[in-house]
Amino acid sequence: MDTFFALLQGLSVAIAPMNLLFALIGVLLGTAVGVLPGIGPALTVALLLPVTYKLDPAGSLIMFAGIYYGGMYGGSTTAILINTPGESASMATALEGNRMAKAGRGGPALATAAIGSFVAGTIATLGLTFLAPTLVEIAVKFGPEDYFALMCVAFVTVSATFGDSPVRGLTSLFIGLALGLFGIDKLTGQARLAFGVPELLDGVEITTLAVGLFAIGEALFVASRRSHAPEQLEPVRGSLWMSLDDWRRSWKPWLRGTALGFPIGALPAGGAEIPTFLSYSIERRLTKHPEEFGKGAIEGVAGPEAANNASAAGTLVPLLTLGLPTSATAAMMLAGFQQYGLNPGPLLFADHPQLVWGLIASLYLANVMLLVLNLPLVGLWVRLLAIPQPWLYAGILVFATMGTIAAKPSVVELGMLTLFGLMGYLMRRFDYPIAPVVVGLILGPVAEAQLRRALSISLGDPMVLLESPISATLLAIAAIALIAPFALKGLNRFKAEED
Amino acid sequence: MDRKLNRPDGAGIAIALGLLALAGVIWWDATQLSAGSPYGLGPDAAPKVVAAGLAILAVLNFISAWRGTMPHRERGDLGPIFWIVGGMVALIALIALGGGFIIATAILFAATARAFGRKALLADLGIGFGLGFGAYLLFAKLLTLSLPMGPLERLL
Repeated sequence: MDTFFALLQGLSVAIAPMNLLFALIGVLLGTAVGVLPGIGPALTVALLLPVTYKLDPAGSLIMFAGIYYGGMYGGSTTAILINTPGESASMATALEGNRMAKAGRGGPALATAAIGSFVAGTIATLGLTFLAPTLVEIAVKFGPEDYFALMCVAFVTVSATFGDSPVRGLTSLFIGLALGLFGIDKLTGQARLAFGVPELLDGVEITTLAVGLFAIGEALFVASRRSHAPEQLEPVRGSLWMSLDDWRRSWKPWLRGTALGFPIGALPAGGAEIPTFLSYSIERRLTKHPEEFGKGAIEGVAGPEAANNASAAGTLVPLLTLGLPTSATAAMMLAGFQQYGLNPGPLLFADHPQLVWGLIASLYLANVMLLVLNLPLVGLWVRLLAIPQPWLYAGILVFATMGTIAAKPSVVELGMLTLFGLMGYLMRRFDYPIAPVVVGLILGPVAEAQLRRALSISLGDPMVLLESPISATLLAIAAIALIAPFALKGLNRFKAEED
Repeated sequence: MDRKLNRPDGAGIAIALGLLALAGVIWWDATQLSAGSPYGLGPDAAPKVVAAGLAILAVLNFISAWRGTMPHRERGDLGPIFWIVGGMVALIALIALGGGFIIATAILFAATARAFGRKALLADLGIGFGLGFGAYLLFAKLLTLSLPMGPLERLL
């Protein structure tokens, strides 16, 4: 009942005209960047951080959340109509969705994606509403050693689940951790890795890293491959409305996708790729029309799209209750909280209930707005894809550099932006995942601070990490998650040799 | 799209060596710090852990590069990369020399558009100039962000 009351109070914050406007701007921007290939919600939030730091925190966080949700809706449009999913989370949608579009059933594919996203988003936001207070009660009991152990779990799962090789994911993570070391050590005041450059004393800015990796890196990668990968836009054909049969075939995949997406998103495992592909293979197995899979089966769009949106809502659970980002966009939202001096976690629920519950309530509204905006206006969104690629990327780069120099007026920062851009290009070219770098930069310093706090409380006794039951359990989970992929790989090799 | 080499992979070995060098620099920097608190960890503990981790990962990356099992994307063109990086360097130089935000933006815009295959360099310079002008008015004047000043900006 407390939760219900808190949510009602949040609703009163969310329907304030200014906040409604921010939510609307957020979902519009989010859908636009989701539709445009090459820019995702993480980059958009990163670009907006420097521009919004003078605005009202509640309003801009509501806008960021709208961008997150909107990006998921918009990504499915691109995946269905041009088979080049903007986000890796939309890859499963593209499998059947693009074939439906080619077979002249693009309308129903877009409709089942949008309605499925709405159903999943709403159910998952309900899940967030009722799970968050429970988790907060648990999180209050966490000591510094437990937080450190939790960070270890996040490090392992984030780097092992993104990308297909744990070594490459861990390499990305450690590059991020290394970048987190730069700057003045907060406990002793000594400069680490500053090399006498004053700009490095403040450490590496999260926005500079994110914008460099996502905007500049992506632009370099796309530009270098421009002549190799032509894209083809499928026009929307057929009615936008789903037939009765389409509805009958869609509602169960929506619910199953939600049931997969929300828990996997809410666990500090992160990533929407796993639930979307799981949902795809489950629908493929359960369908009554197996002959249609591979030619455009509506179940193969409905399930993954629902899983995608549910996991987006799921990642907000650890973000808000523990301050733990498990996706690139969640990491940028955490940076958004931090720029207002707010730290997500149990204390945020106690100190700023208006803001947290306003944000959660606005998610329900954002979902409704997205459903209303997406179905009738899909033709309008598709027209965004007609922006000539050179101008689109040139514009992105202009805003990327402007945001960076506005946040920190120094040419050294622009030099770092260029270097991170080249790093992002190389990581894309050699297939290293990007998100663990950002998560490493954000969480690395936090993990170090918690560990040092824990050890100074215990007078330097490292056993404190194992004596706390929460910390011991979490560290065990981290160890298993770290070793399991290697063990399974060895097992596979063993099997392969047997054949 | 992805392919695997089945011979030692030069780029992969270079990446492994780069990681090892980064680990070395971090370790060396950590040894320069003086120990901090009497209890618990000093400021050099975390850098040493990260450096050790990077060194281990450098070895693992090296092994997979040596075996040629690293995934490789298709080769990309270098020309567009030079155009974009060149545009960034021109932007940095102009801002450092006091050329201001608008002109620097116009050059970056035109260079990026060129990297994506546009041939009309002068027209793109004009569009970039317009974009920079509009962005300056919106963000510096309306939202009071501080953007680099130059001769043009002082006139506004």
